[in-house]
Amino acid sequence: MRIKQTSLIVLALIVCSSLMFAGTISGKVTYTGTPAHQKPIDMSKEPSCAKQHATPVTTETVVTGPNNALENVVVYISSGAPDDGQVPAQAVTFEQKGCQYLPHVLAMHVNQELKIVNSDQTSHNIHPLAKVNREWNKSQPPGTPPISEKYDKPEFISVKCNVHPWMHGEFAVLNTNHFDVSKGGGDFKLANLPPGKYTITAWHEDYGTQTADVTITGNETKDVNFTFKAKAY
Amino acid sequence: MAKFFAITILVIAILSAVPVVRNTWHPVEDVSSHGQAIDDQLSETMWEAGISFLASQILLAWLIWRFSGPRPGEKSKSFPGGAKGLVIGAIVLVGVEVFALGIFGVKAWGNIYFTQPSADAIPIQVQAGQFAFYFRYPGPDGKFGPLHADKISEANQNFFGLDPANDPESRDDIVTAEMAIPVNKEVRLLMHAKDVSHSFYVPALRIHQDFVPGLDLQLHFTATKVGKYEIVCSQLCGLGHYNMKAYLSVLSQQDYDDWIKKEQAMQ
Repeated sequence: MRIKQTSLIVLALIVCSSLMFAGTISGKVTYTGTPAHQKPIDMSKEPSCAKQHATPVTTETVVTGPNNALENVVVYISSGAPDDGQVPAQAVTFEQKGCQYLPHVLAMHVNQELKIVNSDQTSHNIHPLAKVNREWNKSQPPGTPPISEKYDKPEFISVKCNVHPWMHGEFAVLNTNHFDVSKGGGDFKLANLPPGKYTITAWHEDYGTQTADVTITGNETKDVNFTFKAKAY
Repeated sequence: MAKFFAITILVIAILSAVPVVRNTWHPVEDVSSHGQAIDDQLSETMWEAGISFLASQILLAWLIWRFSGPRPGEKSKSFPGGAKGLVIGAIVLVGVEVFALGIFGVKAWGNIYFTQPSADAIPIQVQAGQFAFYFRYPGPDGKFGPLHADKISEANQNFFGLDPANDPESRDDIVTAEMAIPVNKEVRLLMHAKDVSHSFYVPALRIHQDFVPGLDLQLHFTATKVGKYEIVCSQLCGLGHYNMKAYLSVLSQQDYDDWIKKEQAMQ
């Protein structure tokens, strides 16, 4: 009787404590130096897209924010956290709009559903250049339903459109649910971490990767910053 | 029955000749300096082939009308000289016609392909790749920097594979997605394909040239009227071929100078 009650209590405590993991790694991604000038994109070949942009959009290889913030950096736990194995039920969406890919960098978990939407009046042919996963390309005329796909191996995949050469994006297929993509202020946050020794990796499509080792002992927030060196061309 | 057939042949022949003679579907206005010779050639071909067509159809109709359904006792007639005579006659007639068109055509062709561009022609490079045309102007230094295929990065708008970090002549090159040229100035077009075969076709300029992968080709021409024209790819190159085009603007000298400045600023 007592053994059963004790084990129930212990079980309840374990379950509750795992829900209470509040270790956080957060920080900022910045750059030093002068990034290469992002060139304006001329969409005159596709008038239905060109007219959606009052001023031409630029390439998004390097997107910066105030105070040297670097955007579109994927920050994730590369070792130390056991793979949750839990594939999120929610799909991630990659949109073709104004002949651009939105968002420019999309992070997802292995086997998570990827929905590709065409919001333009022209056909697109999305071609993710996978080398580890299966490489495919799919045509998507305007008004057709979203394409549903998934990747079963972790990989960083460049994405291009076979019809519109200027379109470019990136998929980050990761083995973990602990990831974030830096936005306007260069900030990232990895939350709900159990105590442990972690290696986090910051990946930028042009500036490469950097890693940092972080140890979480309880519910604290550890501050980790990454600084990338800009390239002139 | 045969007479009805003969009438039908005549009617079809005449009806199909009418829109051609009346020039109902005429080609787009020619705005090039060399296009007149091509238009003349097309016109001559149409006349010669057209007259031969009408003559042969009328002859056929008459022969059917006259010699079908022989009256009793009438011996059937044959063409003088028999089949051999007919065949020789046809070969000579058609042969002379085609040969004549070839001789006149060679002049129109040679005028475009076997003449050299003038020394002050504006050099413009065009690269055809699936599925867009991109153009490069040499910039103030007048020189094109070298191309490096391994440096091509469409994501960074480096369509030609320039290496400005290491090639000083590339630094002022102007890469554009549309082509602009000044009116009445000769242009020397340097063409190459990035991947598969494409074709550069501007109907108004009477310019039509295939891109063959591996070949560097040249064309020269002069546009004589300001306007905006379409450059369409006319060689099936893949799933985006239907959508592959660029715009050519023929501008006044002042507008062209402004355009080049604007494009240079965007590099």
